[in-house]
Amino acid sequence: MRINPRFTNKLVQLGLNFQAFFTVGILVIIVAIICFKGLPYVNFEFIFAYPQDMGRLGGIFPSIAGTILLALLSILFATPLGVGTAIFLTEYTKESIFTKIIRFGVESLAGIPSILYGLFGFIFFVIKLKMGWSLLAGVLTITIMILPTIIRTSEEAIKAVPRNLRIVSYSLSATKWETVTKVVLPSAIPGILTGIMLSVGRAVGETAAVIFTMGSSLRLPTSLMDSGRTMAVHFYILAREGISMEKAYGTALVLVVSILLINVLAYYLMNKAISKYS
Amino acid sequence: MENSVLTVDTFSAFFGDHQVLKDVNLSVPKNVVAALMGPSGCGKTTLIRCVNRMHELLPDTKVAGKMFLNEKDIYTMEPIVLRRKVGMVFQKPNPFPTMSIYDNVIAGYKLNGIRHSREDFNNIVEQSLRSAALWDEVKDFLHRKGTFLSGGQQQRLCIARALAMNPEILLLDEPTSALDPKSTSQIEELFVELKKNVTMLLVTHNIGQAARVSDFTAFIYIGELIEYGPTEKMFTVPKDKRTEEYLTGKFG
Repeated sequence: MRINPRFTNKLVQLGLNFQAFFTVGILVIIVAIICFKGLPYVNFEFIFAYPQDMGRLGGIFPSIAGTILLALLSILFATPLGVGTAIFLTEYTKESIFTKIIRFGVESLAGIPSILYGLFGFIFFVIKLKMGWSLLAGVLTITIMILPTIIRTSEEAIKAVPRNLRIVSYSLSATKWETVTKVVLPSAIPGILTGIMLSVGRAVGETAAVIFTMGSSLRLPTSLMDSGRTMAVHFYILAREGISMEKAYGTALVLVVSILLINVLAYYLMNKAISKYS
Repeated sequence: MENSVLTVDTFSAFFGDHQVLKDVNLSVPKNVVAALMGPSGCGKTTLIRCVNRMHELLPDTKVAGKMFLNEKDIYTMEPIVLRRKVGMVFQKPNPFPTMSIYDNVIAGYKLNGIRHSREDFNNIVEQSLRSAALWDEVKDFLHRKGTFLSGGQQQRLCIARALAMNPEILLLDEPTSALDPKSTSQIEELFVELKKNVTMLLVTHNIGQAARVSDFTAFIYIGELIEYGPTEKMFTVPKDKRTEEYLTGKFG
């Protein structure tokens, strides 16, 4: 029996449409529920006021600040380290047992549950290095946690830059470093940016590793040695301990919106960086 | 040879144990186009890559013999210094995709961190693009990326990029093999025009192209330079039987 090709085509198209709508649909429903439940409680005061009575009353300003500080500082530490490692792995070494071990290590690290990073951070940074529950301990822990993502995505992005561009660069008497910084990296930036975006998402949404290292105090961290909590932690504690579901949903909404804003801002900054380059 | 821009003196090249070039002798006078022709894999591309020492980017290569660029020993120079004097154009057009047309032309300066005033750069860009016969086509959108140009235009942009560095010799590695016939003939005309100012070493496996644009032709076969001399002479009365067979299409 011959199947009508036009019919098959229609069927496949329909199926794929359904899958796409389904995926996007779930996302829309989640965001809609958060908006619906959270919007009534989000106002100027909620964003800029300090929490009172464990978060039952007042706003979430310290946790917004804590989230931004934690994410930005972690990215600031992890990006040069991760991109540097990726450059080393792709441009400055030959494939060998040594690079394979590094790669295997990186991949294994990417698969470790975040709570283990939290435990490590607690034992090493908080206790051993006597940092206490602090922004610094949190930042260092999150840095280690997001490094594998940044290394892997940067490596892929750098590898994807056509080899002939490097050859041309050398033929124009560029050194290896000039080739890497002025030819390879600008072409790889969109890919590297993707890794940074994913990492911001992980840092902002992380709870376990943060509670263990940055603590969960409600104050505004004003130095690297202060403890604090992020929005995700705040949300988790409010909901988990049944303190206030209203405030929890409000926090969730602010969290979602801020992830959106961070993405937009990062794209804007990167575009600016790219156009400055060329 | 006196006044030769490039002198190759009993030069051999090896990839691992495999000898790719065997005792090649060659001399290219100033302001000519010298063509290297021969069947695929004969070593002609290796020979020009040895001129700017690009072969050193590959693992396990070594060379023997000497090469001189305007009487300076190429193999005692720093590769970086050497490549500043030697321009190169590749098979496939390859402008830098992240750079504008303008920045592509002065890429050699930008990559090396050589600073010039805006005005000087403007002059270099205009002059190089004029030399590459591309100025009129792109002068209105110099600050757009070069990727929307046609293949032929992109290749001329790459020629402009090489010319911008004022090279002592321009290496052309089958520069038209990825282009359509119209772009090819435009670029061939360009070479004839360019030799007033630059010396060119052209790798081609297109016999017609060698005949059309070159003043001197070398025929290379399995790593050996079989014959080298004025193009007209070689194409009319080849000395070696293998040259004659290649030119008449019996192999290659």
